[in-house]
Amino acid sequence: MIPKELSYTKTHEWAKVEGDVAIVGITHFAQEQLGDITFIELPQIGQKFNRGDEMGSIESVKAASEIYSPVSGEVIAVNEELENAPEKINQDPYGQGWIARFKLTSPAEGLLNSDEYARIVEEH
Amino acid sequence: MKTIFAKSVPGRKGVWPEEPEGQITDFIPENLLRENLPALPEQSELDVVRHFTLLSRRNFGVDSNFYPLGSCTMKYNPKFMEDIANLSGFTDLHPLVPQLRGAGHYTQGALEVLYETEKLLCEITGMDAFTLQPLAGAHGELTGVMLMAAYHNYKGNKKTKIIVPDSAHGTNPASAAIAGYEVVSIESRDGIIDPQALKDALDDEVAGLMMTCPNTLGLFERHLREIVELVHSVDGLLYYDGANLNAILGKMRVGDVGFDVVHLNLHKTFGTPHGGGGPGSGPVGVNKKLEPFLPISRVVKLEDGQFFLDYDYPFSIGYIAPFYGNFGVILKAYAYILRLGREGLIRVSENAVLAANYLRKKLEDYLHIPYNRTCAHAMHEFVASAVKQAQKGVRALDIAKALLDKGHHAPTIYFPLIVKECLMIEPTETESKETLDQFVDDLIEILKIAEENPEAIQEAPVNTPVKRLDEVKAAREMILKEQDM
Repeated sequence: MIPKELSYTKTHEWAKVEGDVAIVGITHFAQEQLGDITFIELPQIGQKFNRGDEMGSIESVKAASEIYSPVSGEVIAVNEELENAPEKINQDPYGQGWIARFKLTSPAEGLLNSDEYARIVEEH
Repeated sequence: MKTIFAKSVPGRKGVWPEEPEGQITDFIPENLLRENLPALPEQSELDVVRHFTLLSRRNFGVDSNFYPLGSCTMKYNPKFMEDIANLSGFTDLHPLVPQLRGAGHYTQGALEVLYETEKLLCEITGMDAFTLQPLAGAHGELTGVMLMAAYHNYKGNKKTKIIVPDSAHGTNPASAAIAGYEVVSIESRDGIIDPQALKDALDDEVAGLMMTCPNTLGLFERHLREIVELVHSVDGLLYYDGANLNAILGKMRVGDVGFDVVHLNLHKTFGTPHGGGGPGSGPVGVNKKLEPFLPISRVVKLEDGQFFLDYDYPFSIGYIAPFYGNFGVILKAYAYILRLGREGLIRVSENAVLAANYLRKKLEDYLHIPYNRTCAHAMHEFVASAVKQAQKGVRALDIAKALLDKGHHAPTIYFPLIVKECLMIEPTETESKETLDQFVDDLIEILKIAEENPEAIQEAPVNTPVKRLDEVKAAREMILKEQDM
């Protein structure tokens, strides 16, 4: 459950970078650890984040957790459907459970590839 | 089950209050009289008795069942404390009396209880002064952090951060943040604070460290001495979260170790009701460094033996609560401390630690016990992990639910966050060996069923008044009013 084509962070976010645009979300492992997600606080369109900034938060029946931006850029779209159906993150974290789309202000860097991220997950 | 309001029948009466002599306006000014009667439920005495008796049977409490909820010390509330709190000399006392000019001599007994309780808590913790005003544990935490801030402001220290280990009590980061500090989390190693990680996080802007010792894994912080020295080296302050004081009562005085500020939970350590039976009480103790900043008012004893409330403390952080805290709770804790005495309080911690280690040992072949190689013994609570069971689809949540079917309260689950699938078990000192054995037998039986027939555990509970609740639906579609049901 760690797609090859995506990039990852140690804090369990993923990013799909295409040119100067990136789609981001949280990983399968993250949603599995959180359990049933009940609420997500999405970033707002127009907000700017540096890589590692807190861009939102997510709550499940077990815990509340921050979401950190895996890239530096400006939010150009958010997945508003999650507000009414946060379970989409549980069901399809890499697809319908995407969280936000960024226009990058600097090239994506410091991200892990799928093999590197797989090792982090194994250590847990 | 319907609420008492839904059962109301217009015109039905259960009590016939005495008509007051004279006119109601003799007692209450006319402009304050209500125009309409309050919408109180109308029921006969028998219906009221049945309603509340049935309701109490659906309740789950330490008076009826074993309650091993870790991190929260849900201990038995001895009934003699209720007798003391019901003495008319206390119950008939109006809370404003000590603040009326010249009325102090009507309330000497109550003030003496407060004064003596402060002295006893100082003796137990090794601190120099206490305020009993905070109304709950988290309120005590916030008060404690505000005292730390007052100290740094007074000294002109520029402090912006508070360090909280990842094994600390869950409310610590929240209290520090609400008091305006940036929270810096440090990772523990082998379940306890790593002095190197503390060194790396430490600089001149650190206002202090908030510690729970033993921590939420039930492990004693073995590097305590070094930690105290490190934090004090930058003029930081050491905060002791008293949530787990039950483990060290009579064994270690936190003031002697070097802590500067401590909050206690009377509703945990000192046997006053906890949770729905509250309210709570979160007294805060300080050493000499922080004493000038304590909230007002403070109870003072004059040379002639009289007590009064003193408001004249120019460096005080001010008012944090109305009156003088939750007096009835403080009174119960005072009675508890006197009844148990020095020997009794020592036996509290000894038996609490013994009971926890007994369960830990008995369960180690069935559940994964993290850190048992680095820490041979736990303190008053311990953490077990259902990682093995989770591979078969039975998670900590399912095990906790299955325990309800056996008549036990569930342990704390999924906290602390640093242990996966964790169950945090705290038996407390008052449970008999028979009760502990029954719990172990029932838990082992659940774990065996989990291996052979996981579905049976995933459906639990089935014997409780309501079956397994849909927690996700409850969080997403909240219904907060009876009318909306």
